Amino acid sequence: MAFDLDERLGDGRVGFFTDTSICIGCKACEVACKEWNQVPDDGMEFTGMSYDNTVGLGADTWRHVAFVEQRRPLGHQEPGVGEMDFRWLMASDVCKHCTHAACLDVCPTGSLFRTEFGTVVVQEDICNGCGYCVPACPFGVIGKRENGPKKSGAGESGGTAAKCTMCYDRLGAGEEPACAKTCPTDSIQFGNLDELRERAERRLEQVRAAGTTSARLYGHDPGDGVGGTGAFFLLLDEPEVYGLPPDPVVTTRDLPSMWRHVGVAAVALLAGFAATAWRGRTR
Amino acid sequence: MSQAVDQTPSQTDVRMDGAAGLRGEREATPGSAGRRRERLMVPKADFDSYYGRPVLNEPTWEAPDIGGYLFLGGLAGASSTLAAAAELTGRPRLARVSKVGALCAIGGSFYCLIHDLGRPERFLNMLRVFKVTSPMSVGTWVLTAFGPAAGCAAATEVSGLYPGLGRAATLAAGAIGPAVATYTAALICDTAVPAWHEGYREMPFLFAGSAVASAGGLGLLAAPLSEAAPARRAAVLGAAVECAAAARMERRLGALAEPLKRNRLLRLGEALSVAGAVAGLTLGRRSRIAAVAAGAALLAGSACTRFGIFKAGMESANDPKYTVQPQRRRLAKRGAERDLG
Ligand code: SF4
Repeated sequence: MAFDLDERLGDGRVGFFTDTSICIGCKACEVACKEWNQVPDDGMEFTGMSYDNTVGLGADTWRHVAFVEQRRPLGHQEPGVGEMDFRWLMASDVCKHCTHAACLDVCPTGSLFRTEFGTVVVQEDICNGCGYCVPACPFGVIGKRENGPKKSGAGESGGTAAKCTMCYDRLGAGEEPACAKTCPTDSIQFGNLDELRERAERRLEQVRAAGTTSARLYGHDPGDGVGGTGAFFLLLDEPEVYGLPPDPVVTTRDLPSMWRHVGVAAVALLAGFAATAWRGRTR
Repeated sequence: MSQAVDQTPSQTDVRMDGAAGLRGEREATPGSAGRRRERLMVPKADFDSYYGRPVLNEPTWEAPDIGGYLFLGGLAGASSTLAAAAELTGRPRLARVSKVGALCAIGGSFYCLIHDLGRPERFLNMLRVFKVTSPMSVGTWVLTAFGPAAGCAAATEVSGLYPGLGRAATLAAGAIGPAVATYTAALICDTAVPAWHEGYREMPFLFAGSAVASAGGLGLLAAPLSEAAPARRAAVLGAAVECAAAARMERRLGALAEPLKRNRLLRLGEALSVAGAVAGLTLGRRSRIAAVAAGAALLAGSACTRFGIFKAGMESANDPKYTVQPQRRRLAKRGAERDLG
């Protein structure tokens, strides 16, 4: 049901390859994103979730660094914490800019649109804040801002949906997105999607050969439930460990079938009333 | 310290202009150094999550608005169809209450819909596009066609003016009514919310049944006994379909049905619908008071069902287990199929 991208985009599509094996959890991407996009604050809370007090993506968090502590080994590494195995996984999460984007499909105003770079962006002056995109996103990325100027800076765009734009304004000027620009280890790489996919394959082989056999790519496969993502990842454990769905599917894939079921139910409703009304007449 | 800082530009080697920048010594491969001592492995939990946080973002929809919207939309749509059927079979008073009820319900559901928008003043932005991929877009257009028809039907009925126009409007509203009553199933199923999405085969029938039962309830409540026969039968039919669809859905969803099964509102809704339908058909034939009570029970039952479905969906979205486990099972199944083939 999602409209066909491949034809329209050709090879102009850009994306992120986030290589979590070299993320050091500095959160520079979170900061750069907030600064560049003037994303309002989303509360100060101590969560106790390792070094992560950002919690997850939403209207006012467009990059989120996850911190996972595990009593498991990382490759051949000797963690040096006594008799305990230990590894620390860090990963910078972001909107996946899906090939088949549910948020875009269900948006009733056309506020969410596909850009010339193949990314998915909200036009906040069109958005009426219906919130349909929020439960539609299979990754829990997009959110709706509070109405009104309750939070600092939210006044202008209060009540509307918001998420990562892959720095639409910077792309137009030939610049890479703020998070990729700032990432000190190149864990976040930006570029032509096909090229990034090739590079990711090479990197995966390298990491596996070095002993971290649990490494895998996530979102790189155009055959997956969302047609592959524009922002994909090299992960060191199962996706759900990082809060990502293991097998995301764009909800509109089943929409034709849903409409058929609705149609049958509607006709049945009509027939039901007709039967109840006319049955008495003939008696 | 000297100023001998590396002057290599700190950029990734893929850029918009296609020029490859320099990539320094950045081939760090974590875990490649050292040699491990042997240790016991910590067994893996059977299901992982990120600190128990939900995978999905919680729908921002408010229960009173969207739950109310589901209920009122169903009541409005089904009442219009009942009104048309009553008019065509010569039951003017049943037709009248159904038309007025439909208008009030559709007014209420418009209010709920607009009230839930973050920017209500931009409601009309939904009329700048028509998208079949968005049930909300389709629904807005359906309501835009239905609202005036239902309004005209009720206004001409009450005022007695323009009977010809009134009849046309009644029939139009009656014809669009089923779409109004059932499209909301596609609306909630077309999301990533596990209990809603996976239940998409039964949801339209559950909603249709619940809508028919509520319209029957309204007829029982407000129409005289002599004309309420179709309402009584509709209530029984609607309640039966609603319960059957719910039972089938719970069976098919397996472990994912937990939030539905333990939802008290859903159980209460079913009980009220069944009790109302049975009471309407038996005592409600003779006693006006019994008919009123049965009608009220049916309306309350339908409302409970819709709020229950809403709540159960929210619950399934807020627990990562309902997102991760079905997807894991799907992957495992696909893997097994691949191995066999
Ligand atoms: S990850 Fe979510 S918000 Fe981003 S494009 Fe996909 S569906 Fe839309």
